[in-house]
Amino acid sequence: MTDTIKTDVLIVGAGPVGLFAVFELGLFDMKCHLIDILDRPGGQCAELYPEKPIYDIPGWPLITAQGLVDKLLEQIRPFKPDFTYNRMVSSLEKLDDGSFRVTTDENEVLEAKVVVIAAGGGSFQPKRPPIPGIEAYEGKSVFYSVRRMEDFRGHDLVIVGGGDSALDWTLNLQPVAKSVTLVHRRPEFRAAPDSVNKMYAMQEMKELDFQVGQVTGLTGVDGQLASAIIKGPDGDVEVPCTRMLPFFGLTMKLGPIAEWGLNLHENLIPVDTEKFQTSVPGIFAIGDINWYPGKLKLILSGFHEVALMAQAAKRIVSPGERIVFQYTTSSTSLQKKLGVHD
Amino acid sequence: MTKLTFIAHDGTQFDVDAENGSTVMENAIRNAVPGIEAECGGACACATCHVYVDQAWTAEVGEPEAMEEDMLDFAYEVQPNSRLSCQIKVRDALDGLVVRVPARQG
Repeated sequence: MTDTIKTDVLIVGAGPVGLFAVFELGLFDMKCHLIDILDRPGGQCAELYPEKPIYDIPGWPLITAQGLVDKLLEQIRPFKPDFTYNRMVSSLEKLDDGSFRVTTDENEVLEAKVVVIAAGGGSFQPKRPPIPGIEAYEGKSVFYSVRRMEDFRGHDLVIVGGGDSALDWTLNLQPVAKSVTLVHRRPEFRAAPDSVNKMYAMQEMKELDFQVGQVTGLTGVDGQLASAIIKGPDGDVEVPCTRMLPFFGLTMKLGPIAEWGLNLHENLIPVDTEKFQTSVPGIFAIGDINWYPGKLKLILSGFHEVALMAQAAKRIVSPGERIVFQYTTSSTSLQKKLGVHD
Repeated sequence: MTKLTFIAHDGTQFDVDAENGSTVMENAIRNAVPGIEAECGGACACATCHVYVDQAWTAEVGEPEAMEEDMLDFAYEVQPNSRLSCQIKVRDALDGLVVRVPARQG
């Protein structure tokens, strides 16, 4: 347990819309803290398609997704938002004073006057490989990430996948594990060529085993794996396996947000179109995660939603304070906040 | 117009008229073919528009390019006739193409 972090606005999701929310909220002097399950800002833009061009951002005939994220980070820098990465928000409770207490999956506690859900398509979570019965082993001998290398010491380890995670952990855990078998459906990898070369060199030295194929079955008792069956070009092979690390990429799931007592509409959060507030006052939803009649899942629409949400959030964070509508082009007070005047 | 046939996992058949130059994925979405998610919207970035190309058509449709092959690593139950439907462009030579939708996308 760490000390409770207090902020004005907690933003769940650091994708483009969550990032821009920092800007609009910042203009109204609200301090923001963002939580994201990824290890960096940008959401889908950073994780799914960083190099892809986007053509419908006003004023940018073409900008790459990562380029947009970089520009947004530059734009919100004056407001000094705090970021917590690699965390999923697991629970939310409303406190007596109307504020919210949020707990992460690592038991950090945050309190905020307003919660803004900008979670896009949901949280990125590891994809479960299509191996029958794998659920029974998850968390006991099948893991989707490495928290401590020691957990793999002395084990017959099977790593499945062909990207950097698979290759990096193959190389890093080889000295620790009793044996390492890497399984990938083809001899080509998506990983850094240097890692691939190292892996093949280690295979030459019989320090690890690389099998082309797919894991089609597991054996074991009470969640403890014993072996994995690999279907390869020459038929089935059974290899010893007491720990498995599948790296099949990420998929998006709504996750614990579904348990927060908000009304849902087909895994989306219905909001009004004046404030973009959910069924719980003080909790807003912006961007791809929300739903209202006519909703379009565009970054552009998310930006619009942010501007209106910020007005409503301000009324909650600073009740009774008069809200003055101002333009950044002419307002000296807004420009001061942006740091463009001394 | 080029005719495409989608066979959903439950066997339901969808015959659609597709415009040349559009992608097979776009036609699945336009015609609400169940099981094609296309989470990333056609950027070859997610492997949720995975289809199996009918054996009679694999030669004409061709092989995936390297980037698509990389994305296929993330697809569910990949087979030699697996393709991402967002990377197949409709053209005259594909008139009558049949693709099957897998049990699930990832």
